[in-house]
Amino acid sequence: MAADKPYADIPGTTIFDADQSRKGYWLNQFCMSLMKAENRARFKANERLYLDEWKMTEDQKQAVLARDLNRCIELGGNIYFLAKIGATDGKSFQQMAGSMTGMTEQEYRDMMIKGGRKIDGNRRIGEHGDAQRPRKA
Amino acid sequence: MARITASLYTSHIPAVGAAFDLGKTKEDYWKPVFAGYDFDKQWMKAHKPDVIVAVYNDHATAFSLAMIPTFAIMTGPEFNPADEGYGARPVPKVVGDPELASHIASEVIQQDFDLTMVNEIDVDHGLTVPLSCVFGEVKEWPCKVIPFAVNVVQHPVPSGARCLALGRAIGKAIESYPEDINVQVWGTGGMSHQLQGPRAGLINREWDNAFLDRLIDDPAGLSQMPNIEYVREAGSEGIELVMWLVARGAMADVVDHGPKPKVAHRFYHVPASNTAVGHLILENVG
Repeated sequence: MAADKPYADIPGTTIFDADQSRKGYWLNQFCMSLMKAENRARFKANERLYLDEWKMTEDQKQAVLARDLNRCIELGGNIYFLAKIGATDGKSFQQMAGSMTGMTEQEYRDMMIKGGRKIDGNRRIGEHGDAQRPRKA
Repeated sequence: MARITASLYTSHIPAVGAAFDLGKTKEDYWKPVFAGYDFDKQWMKAHKPDVIVAVYNDHATAFSLAMIPTFAIMTGPEFNPADEGYGARPVPKVVGDPELASHIASEVIQQDFDLTMVNEIDVDHGLTVPLSCVFGEVKEWPCKVIPFAVNVVQHPVPSGARCLALGRAIGKAIESYPEDINVQVWGTGGMSHQLQGPRAGLINREWDNAFLDRLIDDPAGLSQMPNIEYVREAGSEGIELVMWLVARGAMADVVDHGPKPKVAHRFYHVPASNTAVGHLILENVG
């Protein structure tokens, strides 16, 4: 689908649109299942076994097992859904968000206390802010 | 007849709810956040509403990808705080107003806004954190609350212009309700924040404050701002701010060319967890 995506040029950001939603449908629905205590217990007891009950791709399962939230988002996950994994692990939203930035937990917390990440250089891909993905060779 | 006396705007950050529930409001980190709501306690003594229409978004709590209504009004009698994965917040259940909610739904749908009507739903931090901030620790919420959900999770989300027009339709609907009651409309979410990817932690203080200025003085102009600008300038989750335009649209100057509202309170603070906290109270005058 060649829909216009004016948000495609924002660095370090994935907009959860219909394409991402289709791609991540079962990944996100798996996350929703973790809102029930009994499912959290079953997931914790054997993560792989629990993931195999869902129509997720192998890549999605690996990303969940690795708790690689950036990869989960790339594969169609949405942060509000993925947050259920964090809740299952006892992580706060700040720990989850920080884990996607390449910073340590303390560095991220300090950045927020100092006023957060700056917008300058982080509006468009190709600028020189601190949220730009590594340039591909 | 029912009248809209004020609108209130506030962030609805989950960590603020957690700090509240865990008794951390006096800690150095949280003190300046909660101080921004001290004013509300006094103000509410003179301006207590009978009903609040609270515009918020569900955060993949009640609405999964199985169904995502763009606009949903809660017409049921009561709503429990949701378990979002950490256990339900220990706050009172939300008591709705099915009669007024049904009236609003009926009037607004006849103004061509295709609302979804919801009778059974658990409400998440998007709704309960603002109630805690404004009313503090209470045994029961002091008034009825009609939750009104806007999809800001899966794009495309409604435009600012659509949200302002919806607010105007809600305002007209409330004004035509025959009971003599005070109603407030609240807009929640924001301000600048991004919770995902390498750009997580984004804050745009200058943009946020310009947004507050324009929300007060030029809601029609502000409503023309395209969604891409919210996302680019205020972070991917900053798009929640379109919901503030629903509440703004219900004020007298937008609904029927009444006088500009009075700014009763304005507050801004960075950070609370990943987010810039914004809070505003506007009163209808005359």
